[in-house]
Parts: sequence; C-alpha cells; structure tokens
Amino acid sequence: MSIPAGWQIDIGLEIHAQLNTQSKIFSGASTRFGQSANSQACAIDLGMPGVLPSVNAEVFVKAVQFGLSIGALINQESRFDRKNYFYPDLPKGYQITQMDHPIVLGGKITIETLDGTEKMIRVTRAHLEEDAGKSIHDFKPGYTGIDLNRAGTPLLEIVSEPDIKNAAEAVAYAKAIHQLLTYLEVCDGNMAEGSLRFDANISVRRQDAETLGTRSEIKNLNSFRFLEQAIHFETERQISVLEAGGTLVQDTRLFDPDRHETRSMRSKETATDYRYFPEPDLLPVMLTAEFIENIQAQLPELPGERAQRYQTAHELSASDAALLSQDRRLGDYFDQVLTSSSNAKSAANWVRGDLLSKLNEHDLSITACPISPKNLGEMIQLIDQGVISGKIAKEVFAALWSQQTESASDYVQKNQLEQVSDASAIEPLIDALIAENPKQAADLRAGKDKLMGFFVGKVMQATQGKANPKQVNDLIRKKLSEP
Amino acid sequence: MNLDFATLTDLQKALRNRAVSATELTQHYLTRIDALDPTLNSFISVQAEAALAAAGRADERFAQGDTRPLTGIPIAQKDIFCLQGQKTTAGSKMLSQFIAPYTATCSEKLAHAGAITLGKTNMDEFAMGSSNENSYFGAVHNPWDPQLIPGGSSGGSAAAVAAGLCAASTGTDTGGSIRQPAAMCGLTGLKPTYGRISRWGMIAFASSLDQAGPMARTAQDAAILLEHMAGHDPRDSTSLNEPVPRFSEGLDNSIRGLRIGVCREFFTEGLDPAVERSIREALAVYESLGATLVDISLPHTPYSVSAYYVIAPAECSANLARFDGIRYGYRCSDPENLQDLYQRSRGEGFGEEVKKRILVGTFALSAGYFDAFYARAQKIRRRIKEDFVNAFEHVDVIAGPTAPTPAFPLGEKASNPVEMYLQDIYTISASLAGVPAMSIPAGLANGLPVGLQLIGNYLQEGPLLQAAHQFQQATHWHSLTPPEAL
Repeated sequence: MSIPAGWQIDIGLEIHAQLNTQSKIFSGASTRFGQSANSQACAIDLGMPGVLPSVNAEVFVKAVQFGLSIGALINQESRFDRKNYFYPDLPKGYQITQMDHPIVLGGKITIETLDGTEKMIRVTRAHLEEDAGKSIHDFKPGYTGIDLNRAGTPLLEIVSEPDIKNAAEAVAYAKAIHQLLTYLEVCDGNMAEGSLRFDANISVRRQDAETLGTRSEIKNLNSFRFLEQAIHFETERQISVLEAGGTLVQDTRLFDPDRHETRSMRSKETATDYRYFPEPDLLPVMLTAEFIENIQAQLPELPGERAQRYQTAHELSASDAALLSQDRRLGDYFDQVLTSSSNAKSAANWVRGDLLSKLNEHDLSITACPISPKNLGEMIQLIDQGVISGKIAKEVFAALWSQQTESASDYVQKNQLEQVSDASAIEPLIDALIAENPKQAADLRAGKDKLMGFFVGKVMQATQGKANPKQVNDLIRKKLSEP
Repeated sequence: MNLDFATLTDLQKALRNRAVSATELTQHYLTRIDALDPTLNSFISVQAEAALAAAGRADERFAQGDTRPLTGIPIAQKDIFCLQGQKTTAGSKMLSQFIAPYTATCSEKLAHAGAITLGKTNMDEFAMGSSNENSYFGAVHNPWDPQLIPGGSSGGSAAAVAAGLCAASTGTDTGGSIRQPAAMCGLTGLKPTYGRISRWGMIAFASSLDQAGPMARTAQDAAILLEHMAGHDPRDSTSLNEPVPRFSEGLDNSIRGLRIGVCREFFTEGLDPAVERSIREALAVYESLGATLVDISLPHTPYSVSAYYVIAPAECSANLARFDGIRYGYRCSDPENLQDLYQRSRGEGFGEEVKKRILVGTFALSAGYFDAFYARAQKIRRRIKEDFVNAFEHVDVIAGPTAPTPAFPLGEKASNPVEMYLQDIYTISASLAGVPAMSIPAGLANGLPVGLQLIGNYLQEGPLLQAAHQFQQATHWHSLTPPEAL
C-alpha cells in the first residue's frame, strides 16, 4: 500500500520481548511454554497472600546485553514500580514494571528502507516487567479459564521513537529487533509462542503539518504480517476520517485480522489510571560499572560487525556475508570452519549450499549439525590441496553427514579416494586409450576439443574418479602433442 | 510453680529442670484458653491437637537431651503469619476459609527453635486498626478490663499473653500495632528495625512499614524471641543482610552514661496527664540508673500521622488488590459478570476500615493527586528519617509515651477515625523511619497499664533491649498481672 498523496505517517513501536530465562522474573517457577494450565505457576505467580517477589538477576544481564548492543545508556540504578489494574489474569492486581527508572535509555537500530538506504530508528527506552497470565474465554460455555503459566515471565519492553514512517519500515525495525534479540540469545524469538509481541502507536498528519497527529495504539500484534496489516488498515481509517472532515480521538484499539479492521477498546477519557508507584517489596538494584563492563566485554560480535569482517577480511560477497551473520551460531560455525580451512569463499559456498540445505531438509539448527566445523574445514582443505576432487568431496560430505566416519581424511584414506596425481600411474591409461581410440584421438588432435571430455571421462572411469581431472586434461594434451 | 504468668525465661528453666513437661505446660495454656478466651476472644483458631503433638515431641527431646532454645515453649501467633496447612485469616472475612500452603519465615524459625504454636490470634482486619474492633471474628477484650479495648492491631496477641494464655506471642507493627497493644495490656513489645525479620509469609498491609516482632512479659523474653525470629531471608528482598546478635546476652550490663533523648514533640496536649506522670517517673528511674536525659526535638513528628495515612493506605490499596475473588478467598455468590464478581466479592469480603483505607490509598495515587499526596508524604518520610539520624548523633535511645491514653472502652472511638488514628501519634514516626522501637510497662494510670516507648537507632535492638531490661530490673511494672476478675 502506498501512502496517499499529501499525507505522512508516524509510527512508534512498543515491543514486548520475553527474555529466555529458565525461571520467572520474580519467582523460581519455570518459564517453559506449552505445559498444562497453571502447572508452571507457584505461590508467587498466583499472588497468594504473604508472598514476596525477588528479582531473577539473569534479567539484568540480558537487558544490559540488549542495551549495550544498541548503544544505549544503562541506568545503573534499577527500580521497579507497580502498575495497578484489575484483570483476572493479573494475579496481584498490579504488574511489576519499571516506570521511572527503565534499565535501558536511548539507543538506535539501523534498518534498510524501501529504497535500499539505511535509516536509524531511535529507541526511547527499554524496561523490565513481568508478563501477565492468559484468559481463555469460553473455555467452557459461560466460563473464562485462567492460565497463569505465563504470569511472571520476564519481559523487556522496547519502546521506539515515532521515527517509523510506513508499514515496511515498521516490519524492518521489528525484524531487526527480533534478529538482535535472538542473535544475543536473550529471547527465543518464537513468534508463534508469543515470545515477541508488538503494540503500534500510529498517527497520520498532512505532509506539511509540523506536529504529530492524534494517535491510536494498536495492541498485541503477534506477527510481522499482522503488524504490517494493522498499520495499513489503521492509517487508511485515520486518513479517511480526516479527509471526510472528521476528527480522531486518542484511543487504544484491537486489530481483527479476520475482518481487516481495528476496533476501539477504550478512549483516552476512559483509559485506566494505572496509579504507578514505587514497588515497596523490591529495593532498588544497583548495577555496578564493573557488572556492565563485564557484559560489554563478553558481548558477542554483532551481526553488522560480523558481516563487515566477512567482506573485508575474507572477501565474501555482501549477500554471503549477510547470510552468514544473521544467525550467531551459524556465524560461529562458519568462523570455526575457517580455523581449519583458509578458503573462505569455498567454505561459504559449502555452508550456504550443501550444509544449509541438508539442515533445512532435516529441520535441524546449526547447533545440532552432525558435521563438526573442524571436519568440514578439513574437507575443504583436502579439496584445496588437490587431495580430493570436488566430486569425491560430495561423497565425503555425505559420509560426514551420516557420521560414517570420524573425519574427512580418515574416510578418504580408508576408501582410497585420494586423487591420483602421480603422472606415471595415469600416463599408461592415456596411452592405452589413445591406442584403443585412434579416430577420436586424431579428431581431438585436429582441434575437436569436445572430445577432450570423452578422454577425461574414460580416465576418470578407469580411476573411479580419483584422478585429478585437470591433471588428466594436461596429460592428454601432452600425449597428443607428442610426435 | 505458678505457670499462669511465668516468663518465657523461667519456663525455659522449668522445662529444662523437668519441673514441668512441655505437655503439661501446653495443656495448662489450652485449659486457660478454654476457660478465659470466650470472654477475651483473643484467638481466631486454636490448634490444640497439633500443639499437644508438638509438646509430646518436645518432651521426647527433653528425654533425649536434644533440645533447642525454645523447645517446649507454647506461643501464640498473630493470624497474619501463614502457617502451612492452617487457616490464616488476617482477621478478614475475605480469608476466613484460607488455608496457607506455606509457612512464614519467622514462624518457621520459631518452630525450628522449638516453639510450639497454640493457635492464631485475633487482630484488626489486615492489621488495620488501633483497637482490635475491626476484626471479622469480633473484637478482642482487654484482660485488665473486658470492657476495654486491648489496643491493635496485634490485640489478640497482646491479650493472650497478658491473660496468661501463652508464654509469648508474635505480632506485626506497621504504625504501632505491636507497641500500642503491648502498652495497653502491660507487656513488652518490640518492633525491630525494618528488614530485621523477614516478611515472607506475613500477609502484607503496607510493605514498606510492616515489621514482625515479639510480644512478651519482659525485655529478656523479647530478646530471646527476637534472636529466633530475625535474620536475612533471600525470599524477602527488603530483609537486611546483617548478622543477628545474641540480643539476650549483655542485657545485664549497666546503662550508666546512656544518653536518653526526651523528645519534646512526644509531650503534647493530647497526652493523658496520668500517662505523662508515669512516663516522667519512668524517666526519673532511668536517671537514677545513671542515664542522662537530653532534651531533643524531632521537628517533623507532627506530620507523621498525615504522612502515614497516605503511604500506608497507598501501599495497602495495591497489596489488597489480589483479593479479587478469582483464585482464592471469599467470592460473592452468583456473580453476573466480571465487574460484579469484583465489586461484590471485595465489597462483601472486606470490612469498613479496610475499604476506607483502600479508597484513601487509591485516591492518593490517582493521576493528578499523586504529587500532592503520595510524593509529599514520601518527602515528609525522608525528613522524619533525617530527624532520627540527627537525633541519634546526640543520644542513644529516645524515650516517651507509647500511646496518648491507657486502654479505652470498646466502641468509644469506633466512630471517630481521627481520634482513633491519633492513638498511633507517638509510634508512627519510628515506623516511617524504620528504626527499632519498643514499649515496656512503666506504671499504671487509673489502674491501667501505661507503656513507655523506647526508640533506638538502626539495628540497635541490643542497646534498646538492654535499656528496657535494666528498667525492668529496677521496677515491678512488667510483673503486674490483670486483676483477679480473670
């Protein structure tokens, strides 16, 4: 959808990312997804009387990793607040969140816009909070079920400035956040399980207007597609209201993907007063400079830096570099392949090609890859050294994949797959072939180069593929040019 | 040995010498509870069987010589402490059927030290009150005169000890709820430094103020109990990671040279002249023991009640939001929809005082009012803390009355919230500052106990208890028991 002439759109996203800690943010209960209802909710998650929260320190590590990765300021004094509202899946009647002292302040995310240029989206803040449970409406007629397994799952809410100007940029930004969070391994990024959810603040204004228009907040979009669609439908709605001479009210809306519309849940006037105040059950947490420096020191090379290195140090193409950098473990694998093979281009081809297609075929992640990077590197090295041919390499690769062998060199040795590079072993074969096929030999000598394939093929056949094709080629020419 | 009003310390000796068995002692108290509690209403529940079973185990320990410091000592616990598998009501209809699935840390520690829980004591609903008239389970009567209130909110815990129904008890203090009933029932009650005793398993009223503490006959008894209630608890982030001194050791040291601050703001016009007389006499006793009285000012004291009645209700408005009729606790019958379920469950489940404070707190936190109320109250709170920090540069302990009056008749102030709230005028500032404070018997006014409040510096419960113990060595007020009517 293109934006109607004369209008511009301003979008700010609030992204709720579940941090992938083992236990919840304020209790020791497991965060595992998909368990039977209320089996992962302890007394603290249930909001029983007399229980108290205590913070899972792991959330600070993960939030700080994210903050440092986007160049944000880390708030060393982390405080929590209570956000008060009644809802059956909010057991305490308040959510513990960070209102006045978010752990992450500022920062930037780079995205690629529609015209292929780079653009910075400013992050306002990111703060820690607890997830609510789930209401399962009409789980039996007239009843709503409450599942509190999700209650207390740690969330990092990442709030952007309204720097996003269209749906494509919103999706690019959301995907960049998704990639970064999963790359840092602070969030599993599983959209289907709700690990990442978006709220979009959308407003429109005339092209020449200097201030932002009246915004609507579209809540709880749980896929990139819904995010994109919701922005389309909402901007269309707002523009049509304004073009018809109407006015907009600031409100909170729900996106209905089936009916392709957003519906108002509540207006600003009827908005809940959350009555924020400092959480008295938790003391402020002071993050030392040393704690932050340690995280900074242990921060992995980020995707952008990694792609840059692949292009400059290893002369990979931009697309190879980007592909190998998007997933941290894939990049790590690739880096390890490079420790035993110096041919980065060939390594990139093998990883991108044979390896990824095998992994996809078996629905495996790179960390579950049956071929160790060392073995793959060694195999590539064998090709480079002329020990095996590319053709034999396919066979070695298959053997490594099915784990029939300890290493590429073992397999090559055991099956005597070394290329026959000894001219004295090949020359008699060529002599015999020339003798057996005098017409073809004459034609080739006369310039019918197509026949070279015939001779090379015969030699390869005779050596069961172990001859070095280039060497065979050279030897045939040498033989034919002999008087 | 007369067991009725024996101190915990004497009972420890008697049990160790096998002068009395834990079973006999437990049975003795259970019999007294049966006889007297219909009048006093100090217990919400009595666990006779469990207590006798525990006493049997205690006697086995004595037989085997494998005892712990409190083995065989029967105590009562305020019904705000969760005890696993037992009804824990907080004095509310909302939790009248609530069975706690876990045990409060401080109750666990007491049990670990060998104490036997006889039952759970009555209290103002969710610890909100100064007279114990706000309990769903009915008012508690003062053993000194059943027509009078025992003080609140730990009124049941106070009445039970004062009437000789247990050796000691646990209470909680948010703005005076241990000290004021201790004063009115002639007991020694201690509110330790905020964070000294874990709040885990203690049903919250106002999280930043709530603090558990012992209620006993003597400072020595309180010191022993505190040793077994205090300590860092990783389950309570606000609990202090500080070593727990042996409070009961060093009580006998002289207090010669102790500097006692006499705060002029504690002797104001609302103070009953008979109470003031007792307090002045108590201060003279201290002088005779070699202490120096220093005239001091805690200038922000007059604002403490106002600040408290913003902060405590604000916190309670959130703390009590969990009682929504959804997961546990009282639920109204036949709700029409979610709104109705919330409104009637909470409307029917909470008492008037609780509802009043939730409303006040909700208002104080509302958009547009937050700065005028909550933020300002927090500013006053900081000033009050500074007052104490400054004062403790010049004095070791601050002394004054615990409450402006002795116990008053049931119903007298029930309809006058402001007068009721002024009951805590002397106790609230120590709560807001988080410093330890205690009340000890210091005389009689019109035949009723008067409490002397002693306030100490942060973590200085030791010197506080020592000052209290030395006073009790020189006076007999703590050994007075209610008149024979009982």
